[in-house]
Amino acid sequence: MNAETNLSLSRRALLQSTGALVVSFSLAEAGEVLAAAADKKPPLVPTELDSWLAVSKDGMVTIYFGKMDGGQGTDLAIAQIVAEELDVPMKSVTVVQGDTLWTVNQGGASGSTGVRFGGAALRVAAAEARRVLVNKAAEKFGVGADQLKVADGVISVANDATKKVSYAELIGGQYFHSEIGWNKQYGNPLALTSPAKVKSPSEYKIVGQSPKRFDVEGKVFGTKPWVSDIKVDGMLHGRMIRPPIAGASVVAVDESSIAGIPGAKVVRKGDFLGVVAPKEWDAIKASRDLKVTWSQVADPFPDMAQLYDHIRKAPVTKSDKQEKGNIEAQFAKAAKIIEAEYEWPFQSHASMGPGCAVADVRADGVTVWTGTQKPHFAAQGVAGVLGVPVEKVRAIWVTGPGSYGRNDAGDVTVDAAVLSQAVGKPVRVQYMRYEGHGWDPKAPASVHKGRAALDAQGNVLAIDFNSKGFSRLETNSTESDPGDTLGGMLLGHKGARTAAFNLPENMYTFENKRLSWETIAALLPGASPLRTSHMRDPLGPQITFASESFIDEVAYAVGADPVEFRLKYLTEPRDIAAIKAVAEKAGWKPGKAGARRTRRGDIVTGRGIAYTQRGNTIVAIVADVEVNERTGELRVPRVTVAHDCGLIINPDALRRVVEGNVVQGLSRSIYEEVQFDRQQVKSVDWLTYRIVDITEAPTQIDVVLLNHPESIPTGAGEATMRPLAAAIGNAIFEATGTRVRRAPLNPQHIKASTV
Amino acid sequence: MAERFTLRVNGQTHTIEADPEMPLLYALRDDLGMSNPHFGCGLSQCGACTVHVDGVATRSCVTPVSKAAGHDVVTLQGLGTPEKPHPLQTAYVEEQVPQCGYCINGWIMTAAAFLNTHKKPTDAQIREALTGLKCRCGTHTAILRAVKRAAEKMA
Repeated sequence: MNAETNLSLSRRALLQSTGALVVSFSLAEAGEVLAAAADKKPPLVPTELDSWLAVSKDGMVTIYFGKMDGGQGTDLAIAQIVAEELDVPMKSVTVVQGDTLWTVNQGGASGSTGVRFGGAALRVAAAEARRVLVNKAAEKFGVGADQLKVADGVISVANDATKKVSYAELIGGQYFHSEIGWNKQYGNPLALTSPAKVKSPSEYKIVGQSPKRFDVEGKVFGTKPWVSDIKVDGMLHGRMIRPPIAGASVVAVDESSIAGIPGAKVVRKGDFLGVVAPKEWDAIKASRDLKVTWSQVADPFPDMAQLYDHIRKAPVTKSDKQEKGNIEAQFAKAAKIIEAEYEWPFQSHASMGPGCAVADVRADGVTVWTGTQKPHFAAQGVAGVLGVPVEKVRAIWVTGPGSYGRNDAGDVTVDAAVLSQAVGKPVRVQYMRYEGHGWDPKAPASVHKGRAALDAQGNVLAIDFNSKGFSRLETNSTESDPGDTLGGMLLGHKGARTAAFNLPENMYTFENKRLSWETIAALLPGASPLRTSHMRDPLGPQITFASESFIDEVAYAVGADPVEFRLKYLTEPRDIAAIKAVAEKAGWKPGKAGARRTRRGDIVTGRGIAYTQRGNTIVAIVADVEVNERTGELRVPRVTVAHDCGLIINPDALRRVVEGNVVQGLSRSIYEEVQFDRQQVKSVDWLTYRIVDITEAPTQIDVVLLNHPESIPTGAGEATMRPLAAAIGNAIFEATGTRVRRAPLNPQHIKASTV
Repeated sequence: MAERFTLRVNGQTHTIEADPEMPLLYALRDDLGMSNPHFGCGLSQCGACTVHVDGVATRSCVTPVSKAAGHDVVTLQGLGTPEKPHPLQTAYVEEQVPQCGYCINGWIMTAAAFLNTHKKPTDAQIREALTGLKCRCGTHTAILRAVKRAAEKMA
């Protein structure tokens, strides 16, 4: 599976002339597996089968995947799906992903759709390729296609073992030149159509198994480059300069302040301000030493202590609701009404490494090496900011620090491109740590209200649930509009500034139900360190912390066991199965609040359950907590998850994705909160933005995988993140008898609630 | 002003000219073209830049190159190779630990130095030895499984 061996000589020569000395570059060039073919590659359009896969002379299959894998094994799942439908062994399959030269825009990594939509399209492409190849073999042998069988990339006549031909012999090194149908939608919804029959799950031999990931060895031995390792000959290093007070403009720059730094130069275009230097350390020094005069601006932010009051009082910019039944009539006749409000802070992607990209802007074309999870959209954004046609921009995705939504990877790509254009040389920009925390797009802060009307017997008559907060798309989730990137905003581009929030997705069957949301304006429009966008499971943790805490409050208010209470209001068998599965695995002891509580000195323990859906994936979680009643200190020793995402492609990889969600979700649930003052974000490193430490990771994470081969795979990238905070909060309530309604569930907030 | 330094990295000797205050990280990455130690924070808070200096796990992002000169520096690639892997690398592959993997250099280099001096560590000792290292993908439980697996092999 060494893609590099497939490089053509001409391409190698070109690589040398441009000086790109990087392994990943050659990996990306695996796209050129058929470079030696006599004919010309068809255009990269969805209707060409050649846009989706290729068979080399030695029978290697290259898949062109227009999304990418951030380390969860999405590319592995795609390879399994294609190998399955094509009937080739896994060892013959390679995936080229996230390179705009070689892959169709399938939307990048987005919304846990890598397998759901991305895999569905590749599955059809593989089945179509198999159909085309079988028809070729049928013609060759003069038999009907139904007389043929395929195993390990070899087609043979069913009753005559002497008649056989391999895929390599039929098409190896040549293009298919065959059309495939599509739904004319780029991005996530892109779907392919073909008369080919896809396999039934009962025939699966590769899907459902757990082959190992392609990228792990390269990461563990340090032989696989990250985007930060890309080097281009003649490359300069760039760093950006950010204002000390959010929203301040550049008034004057004293270039003489960095005159002593070898080769250091200032690039200024209005408020876009950066430095470049041949050596990275010199670029960093220049960015620190450069004397800049900034404009005086009024304090852009409210007191952080007033954040939730601000949200409650702020004018609504947009709203939406779903309503069933007659809510107010039910509240009017209720025997008991329960109300509660919940709060969730701004959170930072705080990616493991701050954003990094290399851009090479030349007269004849632009290349960017980027860690963004949406390289096709980043290419559009770069084209927009540079004023060049998008066809002239090639974005090559290279593994970056884990990207779980709209982090700073797209911003830095645009910054590198602008700097490269300005200085006429390739430029690599890596943000500093304070930018990775302080200037990335944030997950929105929000306030949520639950109201429940109960009758005298404790039945739920009506539920009313409202969310109010900053938009999840104030900065868009893609970088296709330069106005949605930090650099683009500083250069005067205006993004769409879409107002959007979400409703809870869970499926309780309350007869009268009102679910609603309201958005408010950004604290500081434009290039703000508190601009809001998508972060892993956009708004899922916020909304579900509130909605599933509230369901628990209602359950306990009527003296019910929280597992039984949830089951009472669910009818879908898979929802019920997930809740029962987690309760059984966790050894849930039914009973009212406190039934599972223990005490040892100051330490009280409790258990909590929460459940949700996310895009048809169902997750139920039981969290075990230990709380020190004196200090508010919290530990989460055990988390049990029941996970149903339909058909499972790779159980081992799925299990690790769920585990990663649990630990990252734990971090967001109990520690993560962006600190800010009236002028600036104050969470600028790992000391000022606490995340979970290995000494605090659970000692036991049990994952029950519920496989439904009859259902499509519905995605696992984000769903587990969603109900975790509620499960922990519900467990804290059982342990302490008090409800913590403000996230994160840290000692300070626990103490504030319990003391 | 720039001075001349001799660095011994993975058994090979290199001479570079650099600002004495420049962190070792940039000497390794920028001057010597090595990619294993990563820039994560530049503040000694995350560990992504960890190398061994005379066998001690050291954060290269805050270690001036002048302090590292003349000492034995080992990077992840010097620790082991696919042909001759360190037991931790074998265990990390077996356990399929990394997701994005940007942090993994720090976890492996720190654990390798720890296991050199601690045979048969308890779970609590392993956690304590690795405290402070950051992983954003949440692979902590997989890391613990891998370090335990390697510790058993190395005992």
